Amino acid sequence: MARVKVHVFLKPGVLDVQGKAVEGALHGLGWAGVGNARVGKLIEFDLDGVDDPAAEAKKMCEQLLANTVIESYRVEIA
Amino acid sequence: MSAAVIVFPGSNCDRDCKVAIERSTGESVDMVWHQETELPSGLDLIVLPGGFSYGDYLRCGAMAVQSPVMQAVKKAAEDGVAVVGICNGFQILCEAGMLPGALLKNAGLKYVCKPISLTVANGQTRFTAGYQGEREVIMTQGNGDGNYFADAETLKRIEGEGQVVFRYVDNPNGSVADIAGIQNARGNVLGMMPHPDRAFEDELGSADGATLFRSVFAAA
Repeated sequence: MARVKVHVFLKPGVLDVQGKAVEGALHGLGWAGVGNARVGKLIEFDLDGVDDPAAEAKKMCEQLLANTVIESYRVEIA
Repeated sequence: MSAAVIVFPGSNCDRDCKVAIERSTGESVDMVWHQETELPSGLDLIVLPGGFSYGDYLRCGAMAVQSPVMQAVKKAAEDGVAVVGICNGFQILCEAGMLPGALLKNAGLKYVCKPISLTVANGQTRFTAGYQGEREVIMTQGNGDGNYFADAETLKRIEGEGQVVFRYVDNPNGSVADIAGIQNARGNVLGMMPHPDRAFEDELGSADGATLFRSVFAAA
């Protein structure tokens, strides 16, 4: 059995308003050096009964977990 | 003439749409639960209503696309039936790949809820023919994820083919090219963030939404 982690982020160039808000708040707390903050998602699950967990996870991303019009994803298998 | 409103768990404008279409056109409207695999026969209009289907889990509209009824909606659209997605319905149509682009969080992060002025960017569609010379209309906006996004190539294509149907006069959410509503290349699927279903009689502040529903039936 594989443990799958899928990281989903808005693509570079797509406005990430949450990232901007977080960055502004960190600046407000005194971390003036914070830049390019991005807010994304981590989706993790167990995956059983498949030969190639990475390939299956990629299909899941294309069909549901990410909207590739605006998001990019990265699959990590443990 | 008949219409159906699809009801997803978390839809909250489904009744509004039913009443708006009935009062605007005098035609009957069926409510169709999202688990249905077939639609009533002979439909002229299918509406995907506003709301928060599946609690906006994962992404707005993403889970609703997986509902059984969406296969039937796609089939009907391929057969030429008019489909209108309003607000969450617009998000669902984009997630389903039935319209290009996607809806992002509003620039500025604020939920925008107010009457809003729109220009009819294309008055030659089956949704807007009834506006005739009336180039500016008022409807009500109510969303947190209404910031329309399309990449430069897609934008150029939809602009070139007259697929932009409505634009904001005063862009409230950062939408690219002030886009408030678009249609597919074939011209039978419309997605829009403002609510025609909240602007169908003067008591609501505007009756401009009624013209949209009447146009669809006039074209059918």
